[in-house]
Amino acid sequence: MTFDYAPAPESRAIVDIKGSYGLFVNGEFVDGSGTAFKTVNPATEEVLAEVAEASEADVDAAVRAARRAHSRVWSKMTGAERAKYLYRIARIIQERGREIAVLESIDNGKPIKESRDVDVPTAAAHFFYYAGWADKLEYSGYGTTSLGVAGQVIPWNFPLLMLAWKIAPALAAGNTVVLKPAETTPLTALLFAEICQQADLPPGVVNIVTGAGATGQAIVAHPDVDKVAFTGSTGVGRAIAKTVAGTDKRVTLELGGKAANIVFDDAPIDQAVEGIVNGIFFNQGHVCCAGSRLLVQESVADEVLERLKRRMGTLRVGDPLDKNTDVGAINSPMQLARIKELVEVGEAEGAGRWSAACDLPGQGFWFPPTLFTGVSQAHRIAREEIFGPVLSVLTFRTPTEAVEKANNTPYGLSAGIWTDKGSRILWMADQLRAGVVWANTFNKFDPTSPFGGYKESGYGREGGRHGLEAYLTAGER
Amino acid sequence: MATKTTTPTGSARLDVRKTYKLYIGGAFPRSESGHSYVVNDAKGKFLANAALASRKDARDAVQAARKAFPGWSGRTAYNRAQIVYRIAEVMEDRRPQFVDAVRVSEGLNAARAGRVVDEAIDRLVWYAGWADKVTQVVGGANPVAGPFFNLSTPEPTGVVAVLAPQESSLLGLVSVVAPVIVTGNTAVVCSSADRPLPAVTFAEVLATSDVPGGVVNILTGTVGNTAPWLASHMDVNAIDLTGAAGDPEHAARLEEAAAENLKRVRRAPAAEPDWSLDPGTGRLTNFLEVKTVWHPVGL
Repeated sequence: MTFDYAPAPESRAIVDIKGSYGLFVNGEFVDGSGTAFKTVNPATEEVLAEVAEASEADVDAAVRAARRAHSRVWSKMTGAERAKYLYRIARIIQERGREIAVLESIDNGKPIKESRDVDVPTAAAHFFYYAGWADKLEYSGYGTTSLGVAGQVIPWNFPLLMLAWKIAPALAAGNTVVLKPAETTPLTALLFAEICQQADLPPGVVNIVTGAGATGQAIVAHPDVDKVAFTGSTGVGRAIAKTVAGTDKRVTLELGGKAANIVFDDAPIDQAVEGIVNGIFFNQGHVCCAGSRLLVQESVADEVLERLKRRMGTLRVGDPLDKNTDVGAINSPMQLARIKELVEVGEAEGAGRWSAACDLPGQGFWFPPTLFTGVSQAHRIAREEIFGPVLSVLTFRTPTEAVEKANNTPYGLSAGIWTDKGSRILWMADQLRAGVVWANTFNKFDPTSPFGGYKESGYGREGGRHGLEAYLTAGER
Repeated sequence: MATKTTTPTGSARLDVRKTYKLYIGGAFPRSESGHSYVVNDAKGKFLANAALASRKDARDAVQAARKAFPGWSGRTAYNRAQIVYRIAEVMEDRRPQFVDAVRVSEGLNAARAGRVVDEAIDRLVWYAGWADKVTQVVGGANPVAGPFFNLSTPEPTGVVAVLAPQESSLLGLVSVVAPVIVTGNTAVVCSSADRPLPAVTFAEVLATSDVPGGVVNILTGTVGNTAPWLASHMDVNAIDLTGAAGDPEHAARLEEAAAENLKRVRRAPAAEPDWSLDPGTGRLTNFLEVKTVWHPVGL
């Protein structure tokens, strides 16, 4: 006997999407002087709104507003007062949580249960956490002096959460910000601008400029920006590192990944399978730390694969606003094309492709949860970040081989270990060259927990006391 | 450092001059290029010929440093502390030699050169002690909102290229090398171009101080010859541009090359710092990566 799910759509009546949006500069919404662009719902291809594009001159105006706010207001305010603004923001995010979650799912395509249970509460928690640091900076180890104006460029996979990761520590440390959300997901950042108004945040402390790569480049290259914080692809991160070379700008980069999720033969298999599914299909695999390479010990490979396939067959792909949906829409046609291209390469290189039977909606951008078997380390699907719901399965025999394979990548953001043996967990955790290691769990995030990569996954840490380092003068990066 | 002495019978004895070579993988090779260059003292008088390191030497040094990294970073912090302390002991033992080298290289009087050597030895002792303390200062437990054990610990970044200062040939050198290796990194060091002799003597100390071969590799010669290859080398994880102080254009080009594999870059200061000041922990933490490990808590 099987139980069917009835549709359980979350109402979108709670959100009020305007026809067009301007830039948020100096506490007000203003027109942009670039060419406005459209943001669409990736699940339906419906145009949601027109969004202003910030030109170089607009970015300059935002930086000037941020500079004024920094020197006249924000850096002079006591930490205790800054803290209260941040606590206010945290509370408003909590109060308007449902609205933000629905808007995030509409603009991004992620399932409502993820935006509701992960993105929004974690974003609020980041503001709550860093609020408490604002008047305790002398205990941080990085001094109490802010850098000035932070230019921040964030990706489309966790739009509001990445905004929170960037803005909360910057403001707590006394900096002001000019932030650019991704061009395909600007709406929650613009809602956040409204929240800043609601919180009576002094004008210019937070400025939101929308646009694509050129706008981001204008922020990064602006001579009066003291600090650049970027989350996104390694390619763009490299370009940013080159742009700031020879300047005094401080930089943190949180870039790509190709994490190994390593399953030993003594692992609790059902839990490991849940961890594998969470590792690669959470947020449609649009996760820089996704466990996109499954390394499974040869002796249990067949069993793990069989159970993994059975579990993948129960994943519900579809309407992001349906509360039962596990896997939502691919964020953009560009990203869908990138996933399809690499999947075709995987097939052409001889790996075995498998997806559970699933009906995909006729409209919108979709890709079914997919795995590849028979993948070798030389395959592009084992080396390149796909940033989609595609898992490459490799096998190993010994822990040493698992470590070698796991570390055989220019990336080093995260890794997963599944085993019941404690000493092996600790040995593996020591050996893996990755900034975050999840043992018998995966994709866990917390504002107190530093996050960031080794090698070409970037530098600097976000979260925790370490996250303040990037925003205080006595920090190093 | 040629000196004339007389034999007990009063006849002049020809001194035996030292050949100054590179230090790579625990050995003292000449430059594979076969090139050397003239090193003068502070007054412009000939001191010695030193090996002029080439691109190939730089690459060999990176290979040696990479090979040494797993073993060195895998040692206990206590053991690394003892070895760095041992470097200080051996330097103290050879103090007159270092005083002489600093005196002629930097044009200081003997008393001032002596103080510089003392500071260099004391700095090594200071950094030695950091080996097993930096982890607690930088890392810690994180109180996440859930049933998880969550711990952040610093780890060495990997192979670090170090452009040692041009002016301070010993104290500056020690001040940039010690913080890199004491935490478990391995280093490829470009010595001061005009004042390389203390660096070669320092290499001889390293070779006799239980520092495994390859942990520190020292290249003498011009920064222009080796630094661009180190900055662009895909198996170097970080670069310290201190030795490019005062040449912002060169430093910018090196930083740009370093971006290719997202090297951690310590930028060059506008001018060479005063090495006698309290160094702080910046040079230690520059070349550390924070790793955070999660594990569920439950019955």
